[in-house]
Amino acid sequence: MTRVVTKIGLALLLPLVLFGVWWFATANSQNFYVPPLSEILRTFPEVWTRDRLRADVLPSLIRLAVGYTIAVLAGVSLGVLVGSNRRVRAVLEPVLEFFRAIPPPVLVPVIMLFAGIGDTMKVVVIAAGCVWPILLNTVEGVRAVDSVLADTCRSYGITGSSRVRHLVLRSASPQIAAGMRQALSIGIILMVISEMFAASNGLGFTIVQFQRSFAIPDMWSGILLLGLLGLTLSILFRLVESWALRWYHGQRRAQRGPS
Amino acid sequence: MLLDVRGLKKVYEGRQRPVEAVRDLTFGLDAGDLVCLVGPSGCGKTTLLRCMAGLLTPTAGEVWLRDKRVTSPPPGMAVVFQEYGRSLFPWMSVRDNVELPLRNKGVARRLRQDLVGRALASVGLADAHHAYPWQLSGGMQQRVAIARAVAYQPDVLLMDEPFAAVDAQTRADLEDLIRDLWRKLGVTILFVTHDIDEAVYLGQRVIILSSSPTVVREVLDVDLPDRRDQLTTRSDSRFTELRSHVYAQIQAAKRESTVGSHDAARPTDLAKQVLQ
Amino acid sequence: MTRSLWGKPAVLGLSGLAGLLLLVEVLPYSGVVSADFLPPTHRIAVALAKELATGAFWSALWDTLVAWAIGLVIAVLAGIAAGIVIGAVPVLRALTASTIEFLRPIPSVALIPLAVLLYGTEIQSTLLLVVYASFWQVLIQVLYGVQDVDPIADETARSYGLGTLARVRYVLWPTALPYVMTGVRLAAAVALVLAITAELVIGAPGLGSRIAVAQSSNAVPNMYALIAVTGLLGVAINLAARGIERLLLSWHQSVRGEVLV
Repeated sequence: MTRVVTKIGLALLLPLVLFGVWWFATANSQNFYVPPLSEILRTFPEVWTRDRLRADVLPSLIRLAVGYTIAVLAGVSLGVLVGSNRRVRAVLEPVLEFFRAIPPPVLVPVIMLFAGIGDTMKVVVIAAGCVWPILLNTVEGVRAVDSVLADTCRSYGITGSSRVRHLVLRSASPQIAAGMRQALSIGIILMVISEMFAASNGLGFTIVQFQRSFAIPDMWSGILLLGLLGLTLSILFRLVESWALRWYHGQRRAQRGPS
Repeated sequence: MLLDVRGLKKVYEGRQRPVEAVRDLTFGLDAGDLVCLVGPSGCGKTTLLRCMAGLLTPTAGEVWLRDKRVTSPPPGMAVVFQEYGRSLFPWMSVRDNVELPLRNKGVARRLRQDLVGRALASVGLADAHHAYPWQLSGGMQQRVAIARAVAYQPDVLLMDEPFAAVDAQTRADLEDLIRDLWRKLGVTILFVTHDIDEAVYLGQRVIILSSSPTVVREVLDVDLPDRRDQLTTRSDSRFTELRSHVYAQIQAAKRESTVGSHDAARPTDLAKQVLQ
Repeated sequence: MTRSLWGKPAVLGLSGLAGLLLLVEVLPYSGVVSADFLPPTHRIAVALAKELATGAFWSALWDTLVAWAIGLVIAVLAGIAAGIVIGAVPVLRALTASTIEFLRPIPSVALIPLAVLLYGTEIQSTLLLVVYASFWQVLIQVLYGVQDVDPIADETARSYGLGTLARVRYVLWPTALPYVMTGVRLAAAVALVLAITAELVIGAPGLGSRIAVAQSSNAVPNMYALIAVTGLLGVAINLAARGIERLLLSWHQSVRGEVLV
């Protein structure tokens, strides 16, 4: 546990350093569009009051959470199905790779056709964008289940849902986690973009509003908040992942040997 | 007869032509036997074991376990593989690893814990319940795999060159462990190995296989005393005689190019190719 | 286990694609989705053909590729330079050692409003986003590569009197090269995504803005056709990047794998 905490501590050190660089780089800025960091920090608490956080940031996060969860459930279950059958995988692989290659924000206009401009649209956009890395990584993870372990399960009569639970999912979990990681980045991007397109509240919406009304320090404070959000989610993800996959990290450390 | 192999035959559809890995294997094990299977490399030992374990369907012939034909992995069998590192679940502790087959079988909790505890104690890992497999040495990992098989209380224990990947000293310890478990628990064991010394040291009988396409070359009775140990048994003159005999047989098997009705060019290499 | 034609993965894959086209053709007619929202394949194909015949399409494609390429090159050079500098200076390297995963503080899309203010709908808007996002991809991979340098090799080089520059050239660079290639490949994919995004949201010239125009003028088949083009573009870039990577690293491929971040 201390190892992870140290990592987190060191992790925060770098953003702090970057912060410092930002501060000094913009300290005497005369540019209207790039104000000094000190000014941004000053407006930060004025802009992001508890009310605003609740009215704008919370809805964004909820949409992200719902869309992401749908993507995880759909991606993992479909991934297990596709990955378990060699034929199915061969048939679907090019199609899936094609869909993955489509830049996620492009989905927004498409989904707007089907789902309008409300919360549903945003959740669907996030889910539709996040599902691909999870799906493809799950397929890969399922494919790479160790053959000796699979034989062991067969010989002990561990089949069916028991096999999926104890062998397939656990074995593929490092790959699934990597896919979930990529999906998280995509999710944040889509959360913001879908709100820039059409919304009445939300973090992305608010930042765009500030931009349109030329409230520059406010806009920057929003950008900063978005950055902090990304960082926080990233750290949370890391914490959960290193706990859930401690067997994997332990095994890799053991394999790498004392260094 | 507990385990009955009759006329087992396996032909692989190779890329260019079919490869006859195993031609005709017939032998049997009675309850409580410890039989070793030995043969030149590439003679289809793994194929045979997989057919017996129900992991592979033979082209012809049958395997019978306790009057039931083996078509898929039967519940009365446990297998210990050579690659111990890959046969244990790295996300589970040692105890959970040993417990999983029992849980899956639906064994009651109290009984499960009892079996697991005794199995781990019998392989000398009573203190390692909460360790993870990758924290253990190779020999210890193989012990976990053996404990898992023992806890399962199978009718027959199949072991596929289980000690090939451990160092010599560990191997000696594990060999003694097998004999120990065999005597104490009365498990029926079929032990496949390429190590001639090991086969003679362990077994009551040694089945010597020919090279591919494989048939049984000879079934040798090992008339060494029941109580064996690494030092005295291995320097026993009868041991030396037996192992020399087995060695000679294997060398002869390697020399004989058993030209079958199918391909003959390096059948062992082709079989390896197909098996991969 | 006969290897019939139907067993080959390429054939199966093609059949999958064919199946997709068939599905999109049939769905609108079946009533599950309205043809207004999902036009059948043949209508999309016709729209695509029309697009390919329009000069504006090709100039939009060109704009996208130019922005992509310029942004990528800048990002790669900056990323490699920054990565090497950080890698060569022990203090900086220690600082970043454990924090590489967190080196993407601000999601690139957050910079969209800023880009709009600074550059409007000029290509620089696109470049701002592309360079920013791609830079981090390259930098992270380069740092992984730097971290992978064998300290013994480095010590040996130093004991032979090799200065910093020489060590960078003979020890650091060869170790980092596979990671750099991975970084370039990932950056290439990200660069495309950001280029299209910038064009879509901001309106800078390119395929993205063409999609936005198609959407607002309700030319739905055109929209789908253009989206398909972006997908194909993404696939092409990915294949090209992997091909180049294999070529340059044919001596190294077996040793390195992708570091998933």
